Amino acid sequence: MPPLNHYLALSGVLFFIGVAGVLTRRNAIIVFMCIELMLNAVNLTFLAYARFLGSMTGHVFAFFVITVAAAEAAVGLAIIVAIFRNKETVNIDELNLMRW
Amino acid sequence: MQQLFYVFGSLAVASGLLMVLQRNPITAAMNLVVTMFSLAALFVLLSAHFIAVIQLLVYAGAIMVLFIFVIMLLNLQDDELRPRGRNFIHLVSVAVVLFAMAQLWQLLSRTPAIPLAPVDEAYGTTGEMGMLLFSDYLFPFEIVSILILAAIVGAVVLAKRRLD
Amino acid sequence: MPAEAIFMAGKIGFVFFLVLNLAGVLGWVERKQSALMQDRIGANRAPIFGITAIGLFHPLADAIKAFTKEDFIPARAHKLFHTLAPFIALVPALTAFAVIPFGDTLTIGGETTQLVVADLDVGVLFVFAIMSLATFGVVLAGWSSYNNYSMLGGLRASAQMLSYEIVMGLTLVGVFMVYGSLQLTEIARAQGEYFVFGGVNTWIPKWGILTQPLAFFLFLTAAVAESKRLPFDVAEAESELVAGYFTEYSGMKFLMFWMAEFVEIVVISALVATLFLGGWQIPWLHPDGLHVPFTAIVVGLPSLVVSMMGVGAFLMKVFVLIWLQMTIRWTLPRFRYDQIMRLGWKMILPLALVNVVLTGFVVLLLNR
Repeated sequence: MPPLNHYLALSGVLFFIGVAGVLTRRNAIIVFMCIELMLNAVNLTFLAYARFLGSMTGHVFAFFVITVAAAEAAVGLAIIVAIFRNKETVNIDELNLMRW
Repeated sequence: MQQLFYVFGSLAVASGLLMVLQRNPITAAMNLVVTMFSLAALFVLLSAHFIAVIQLLVYAGAIMVLFIFVIMLLNLQDDELRPRGRNFIHLVSVAVVLFAMAQLWQLLSRTPAIPLAPVDEAYGTTGEMGMLLFSDYLFPFEIVSILILAAIVGAVVLAKRRLD
Repeated sequence: MPAEAIFMAGKIGFVFFLVLNLAGVLGWVERKQSALMQDRIGANRAPIFGITAIGLFHPLADAIKAFTKEDFIPARAHKLFHTLAPFIALVPALTAFAVIPFGDTLTIGGETTQLVVADLDVGVLFVFAIMSLATFGVVLAGWSSYNNYSMLGGLRASAQMLSYEIVMGLTLVGVFMVYGSLQLTEIARAQGEYFVFGGVNTWIPKWGILTQPLAFFLFLTAAVAESKRLPFDVAEAESELVAGYFTEYSGMKFLMFWMAEFVEIVVISALVATLFLGGWQIPWLHPDGLHVPFTAIVVGLPSLVVSMMGVGAFLMKVFVLIWLQMTIRWTLPRFRYDQIMRLGWKMILPLALVNVVLTGFVVLLLNR
């Protein structure tokens, strides 16, 4: 078994790849996928700690994260579809109606 | 075992990077599927069998299919990775991410190693997971089910075309 | 350790040999059965040295033909995904067999093994998880072909498979509640017990089709819909979409989609046989021999014979279910797309939920 630090490092790298994607990409769906990647990275941390501490609480948290991610994906994609219907775009730079 | 961690770990990082760097939304989505698949493999190595299967079933099998469905439905084409006039923001965000990674590296190098706790056969199995969910975590479980119900209703309302 | 390795190699070899051959032969069976049902003769050519064997060599001829055909990729197609899609469609269907038990324990030379490649604790969930990956093959094929028919087929397939996966999962919740496990070997073993009412042994085995009759029909319907065969084949509806998501495929890749469909039929049949028809169980046959009903008489049989009979019984059940699916395929006309969605979400899903609630009450009452 690799040491815990390796798991945490992997998780951190994946999380920051997600952050970079959210900050730089303009396509709303890809931004959304980057958020999913961040949630996944967090799950890896939960499960790694759970295994190294010998407790299953981390599994429960990962389970809840996955469920919430599913709910979030459903609502988020519905919002994207609704926006696309109105504005014919998913580029987040063009969705600036609320900007002052 | 040890080698498998590095194989799947690098696969996850590589496909994660590709996802962020791809122009095409479908290619990006497929790269994310590969990331999730390798993460599921890592979960198995951590003897989280139930979560690994749920990861495949819910994330890879359902959420990502939904993403691809929406991308195909909206018929999204390749988008420009670097629109003009945004280079400054790009630079700043990449700098922020690199800085945060450096901080993480600092933090990890100071984290003491935890010895591996011994676990029994039942660790990570469906039965054990069910026992936890329906005893200690019953209340959060119920709240999550209400959340999902709200999400279903919300998704239907949002996606439904106005009839008038 | 060597014994274990030999057992494992044998089991994997057996499963692959069985599934791949069955999938090949099913192509011929399908043509022959459709011919029978439509009062035609069907495939009866492809002679080898003048022997036609009622057309049994047709799968061989098909394979040779597919291998020698041009591998065509449309000009503006996404080459990588276009090539990858058939593999993504076929491999998960084959992998799903790893957790399906095809027999009871087998004892040879003092070494005992359970006749299943991987006896996972998550069992059925593994099958669902792996099968849900097959959706990507279909969707990618539709998207990467750069063809509107393919695209429409892929779109329809993704929505349909996603919906019916949920339905399939929910229909099985009742089964898990009754047998108290997700592990397929345990579910199959639990079906060897008998119904006992008020201390009286009725000698009726606790097969899933008797404990969960509603779930059986719902699951079979959902599973047929998941495999995208008629009457649910809007994804490849040939009168509307040419061939749907695999319109732009030729040669070996086309054959792989075709194989994937037949492997999926075998998976569904094996799954239904294991969950609802007792898996390898034969009524009143136990590891120590045949128990005569309502008596204490036991006709002793050697354990090897019992194991082999179990494997035979499992295969028989699978064959019957394959026959059933093929009959459905050639009997019913195609549903409209909205009808398929309504059937899944507004009829099977609520019925599955009702089944879960009812099963919960019954299990609670019986366990008091």
